[in-house]
Amino acid sequence: MNQWVFVLAAYGVTLGGVAGLLGWCLAACRRAETRAERLGRRQ
Amino acid sequence: MHRFANPVRFLRIARPATGWLLGLGLVLSAVGVVGALFLMPRDYLQGETVRILHLHVPAAWLGMSGWTGIAVASLAQIVWRHPLAGVAARAIAPVGALFAFLCLATGSIWGRPTWGTWWEWDGRLTSMLVLFFLYLGYIALSAAERERGPDARAAALFGLVGAINLPIIHFSVQWWNTLHQGESIELTGTSIAPSLLWPLPFTMLGFSALFAAAVLLRMRAELAETRIEARLRRAAAE
Repeated sequence: MNQWVFVLAAYGVTLGGVAGLLGWCLAACRRAETRAERLGRRQ
Repeated sequence: MHRFANPVRFLRIARPATGWLLGLGLVLSAVGVVGALFLMPRDYLQGETVRILHLHVPAAWLGMSGWTGIAVASLAQIVWRHPLAGVAARAIAPVGALFAFLCLATGSIWGRPTWGTWWEWDGRLTSMLVLFFLYLGYIALSAAERERGPDARAAALFGLVGAINLPIIHFSVQWWNTLHQGESIELTGTSIAPSLLWPLPFTMLGFSALFAAAVLLRMRAELAETRIEARLRRAAAE
């Protein structure tokens, strides 16, 4: 099999995994901080 | 270290630091990835698959560094009862687990065309797989005892005991005659040609900065969730 298939698979898994991790962390942080601020303002 | 025990002071530094680390990490990783994929020559022996090592090495380094961070935070939690230590350790766990998984996945993908096998039960590969399972165990344990707050010690003890695996991973290539090769980069020098080596510092530093940014984001999210719980409890009591 062409070696580039393995290279692209490794880069796809890594870059996709890191992008997914950062997206998940950003979304969770944003959601929690927005909710905490909204609750703080209401009280 | 106790200067940062106050979450308000920690957040004052963590908020701008997250953006800087994200920006720096993205730029350095992009330079490293473009360099490794398009600018670097192919290796005379490994061919194109040498490009995978520029992801595999940072993933291995961060998978092991993550557990070092968990062990240090666990020690700070047990000995000094640092209020942010448990938060830091819980934030590191999923990030470290992902990098340990990426180390195994990229190693397996590299191994198929180079060694002729996806997997071999050799010392280095098996001890790295054990590290990945330790991360999963830590995530489950810390989630189960999170509600107990600062008195929760089981996950911290698990974090300390699990650190025994780190020297086993490091020395596995010396202790056992394994398929995995020994160290190519040491403090005294390297056996890798500079034309193949130069993208590695970029991916190492870039992914390290992204790792740190992800940990800070997880810590900020947990601190915000703690504030939400406290406010809801106060509102229910009034």
